[in-house]
Amino acid sequence: MAPNLAIAPSPTVKAKKGSTATITVKATLPPGFHANSNTPTDEYLIPLTLKWTGGPLQVGAITYPKGSQEKYSFSQKPLSVVTGEFAISTQFKVPANAATGAAAQNGTLRYQACNDRMCFAPKTVPVMLSLDIE
Amino acid sequence: MWKSHLRYAVIAGVAALLGVVACSPSHPPRPAAKKANNRKPAPNFALKDASGKVVQLADYKGKVVLLDFWATWCGPCKIEIPWFTEFQRKYKDRGFEVLGVSMDDDGWKSVTPFVAEKKINYRIVMGNDETGDQFGGLEALPTTFVIDRSGRIASVHVGLTNKKDFSDAIEELLEDPVQSARSATVGFNRGGANGAQPGHRAEPHS
Repeated sequence: MAPNLAIAPSPTVKAKKGSTATITVKATLPPGFHANSNTPTDEYLIPLTLKWTGGPLQVGAITYPKGSQEKYSFSQKPLSVVTGEFAISTQFKVPANAATGAAAQNGTLRYQACNDRMCFAPKTVPVMLSLDIE
Repeated sequence: MWKSHLRYAVIAGVAALLGVVACSPSHPPRPAAKKANNRKPAPNFALKDASGKVVQLADYKGKVVLLDFWATWCGPCKIEIPWFTEFQRKYKDRGFEVLGVSMDDDGWKSVTPFVAEKKINYRIVMGNDETGDQFGGLEALPTTFVIDRSGRIASVHVGLTNKKDFSDAIEELLEDPVQSARSATVGFNRGGANGAQPGHRAEPHS
């Protein structure tokens, strides 16, 4: 009943020491469900939030999908939401002193989904990037 | 001629469709609340309200209770809350109470300003996963139980529900003299699990 947000497996990213890279995480919600965007229209709504919690990369700006304004039977005004497949990009810097070889950058994606009649408890799902640092 | 036949065919089709809908076994007149002998005891709980006072569901024995599991982040809950505020005002003197159980993770930090902003006139307590499990594992909000004077679940509403479905259930329970008489002998399930067994959703009334 509660929708599961699917995170697309990301191919191994080759990253050169001292360089910058923009890496995109793709996620998909099942049809009929929506999640609040990172900038919901109501202060009580829980925003889509990506957090990088560990790994060799230095985290820069995170760019969220622009929410689409959707009207639902339970909302008097349109809500800023994401639906279907969406992407979140993060700018990373590879430290010059990073260890060479395989590594992982770990994070979490928090979302709160609803359909047009009910809402589901906020969920936090793990996100992992496979890296090959050169 | 052909047009005339077509017109009759369309009229007959619509009439047949209306007849099917009207007579369909999937659309029988539905009572607002389950029959008394089909109701199961509501699990008791002890949760704190905003003042820190411990509130037990069993404290409400003898009253018809609308038990609303909700959260500040739940849009459909915000549609129903003004109805519940109205019900609290309208039916309070007839032995009725609304009890809201917030499922907000961050507790009173979000709930206190929300309650003030929405002018909620009924008691709110802070729920947790255990409370949700007692009531069958609340997978979605809002989930609302209408409980009779004997502490038994008369109807369950998962998701945004028609206001009339609630008011019909409440009125039916308030007007049932049998329930008033039985309230002295049937109580809440203090053990927790029951008609809404942990891991088993209570049958939604929708």
